[in-house]
Amino acid sequence: MTDRPIKVLIAKPGLDGHDRGAKVLARGLRDEGFEVVYTGLRQTPEMVATAALQEDVDIVGLSILSGAHMTLVPRICQLLKAEGLSDVLVTAGGIIPDDDVPALKAAGVSAVFGPGTTIAEVATYFRANARPRE
Amino acid sequence: MSSPAGGPAETRWTARATELCGAALSGDRRSLAKLLTAVENRTPVAEAALRRLYPLSGRAHLVGITGPPGAGKSTLVAALVGELRSAGRTVAVVAVDPSSPITGGAILGDRVRMQAYAGDRDVFIRSMAARGHAGGLASTTGAACSVLDAVGFEIVMIETVGTGQSEVEVAAAADTTVVLEAPEMGDEVQAIKAGLLEVADLVVVNKGDRPGAQRTASQLRAMLAGRRGQPGPAVLITTAATGAGVPELLAAIDARRAQGALDDDGATRLARAEAEVRGALADRIGRSLEDAAMAVASEAAVRAVAAHEVDPYTAADELLAGLIGSGRKDSK
Ligand SMILES: Nc1nc2c(ncn2[C@@H]2O[C@H](COP(=O)(O)OP(=O)(O)O)[C@@H](O)[C@H]2O)c(=O)[nH]1
Repeated sequence: MTDRPIKVLIAKPGLDGHDRGAKVLARGLRDEGFEVVYTGLRQTPEMVATAALQEDVDIVGLSILSGAHMTLVPRICQLLKAEGLSDVLVTAGGIIPDDDVPALKAAGVSAVFGPGTTIAEVATYFRANARPRE
Repeated sequence: MSSPAGGPAETRWTARATELCGAALSGDRRSLAKLLTAVENRTPVAEAALRRLYPLSGRAHLVGITGPPGAGKSTLVAALVGELRSAGRTVAVVAVDPSSPITGGAILGDRVRMQAYAGDRDVFIRSMAARGHAGGLASTTGAACSVLDAVGFEIVMIETVGTGQSEVEVAAAADTTVVLEAPEMGDEVQAIKAGLLEVADLVVVNKGDRPGAQRTASQLRAMLAGRRGQPGPAVLITTAATGAGVPELLAAIDARRAQGALDDDGATRLARAEAEVRGALADRIGRSLEDAAMAVASEAAVRAVAAHEVDPYTAADELLAGLIGSGRKDSK
């Protein structure tokens, strides 16, 4: 009962049309023993928040390549808080300049993964930082 | 787990269950989601919650949707959700995907087409991993449906990929089982026939826009035609991608209510209730054997059987007698 899988939402908010990286991450996390809800392309912040709520995920991993992270990510964090999901771990990955990281962390993102991050590193971070299970 | 009944832990679980049930019943979706997690994880909170919610369930129409990968299940489920919502009806979807037998991980993907309902409180979509359960559904899918039923969803759809075995499980969990096929499967139509006959209440040939849909439907009708006085399942054609045929499918699903599919004393619901009781019983016996006192007795019994001093049947009888004895003590 203690080792039940951690549930992760992998979401691709924004308008860019590539989800190869997100799919590779989803499959990689599955192979690391996570239950991964993959929501597909072009998610609005509202869709991400609804999915996180209904699926009761422990972690929301946002993958953003479009450069719109400075608007999308804080908006998603705000919606999650409004839904009472402040204990959900939020991470971001994709192409995010170092200069933007402090602002994202201030908005509620706990980690920003750069392009070189391996799936094993992401998995280790998730296991160490996911909220305690009820 | 093995805290005595009525102990402080049990009080805490019951209090948490009461809190979550109360909130979920008054429409709080986050509490509903938490209840479903408790059910999936088979926590003590889940059992306390289900004791409360079970009497409130039984009203929803549980509709299983299954079929081979790529037949269009998730597209069709989205189209049915659209049809239900335009009639102002509430709907929940439980989508079950397999877990990796090696890592226990899973990819749960069926929200992709449901994004139009992000702001709609009357649609609730939940993915579940089968978690090592062989048949296609998770062992907790039925209980999850009971929770969604109890909080008032009119229709609860159970979507899972058809594997041969899973159709049977879906049929056992659902009031109405819809088996989806894609056209032009050639010889495969023959192969699936036996399984279909057993479980399908409605057969749907999806991708009605593709050539061969009519032909596949007539083939299936001929194969599934009634035997021994029983009518075969209806065969419908849909084009989930455009919505064509979906209102007719929903009408056929709705008609099942009048045909008695949801009757408490009907074969489907009686069989389900029997499976639920037996499942709970087996669970309880399993857990009781892990309790401190019984664990000693059961290990001794296992050793005696291994040494061929006692036969397995006598050992089982003695353990069962011990369980019943300790059950009596507990209830005082
Ligand atoms: N031509 C056509 N394609 C469809 C129809 N319904 C679904 N599809 C497509 O078939 C593919 C598989 O559909 P999906 O719903 O994912 O199937 P599932 O694996 O059974 O859930 C997708 O590319 C859909 O767009 C239909 O009615 N007509």
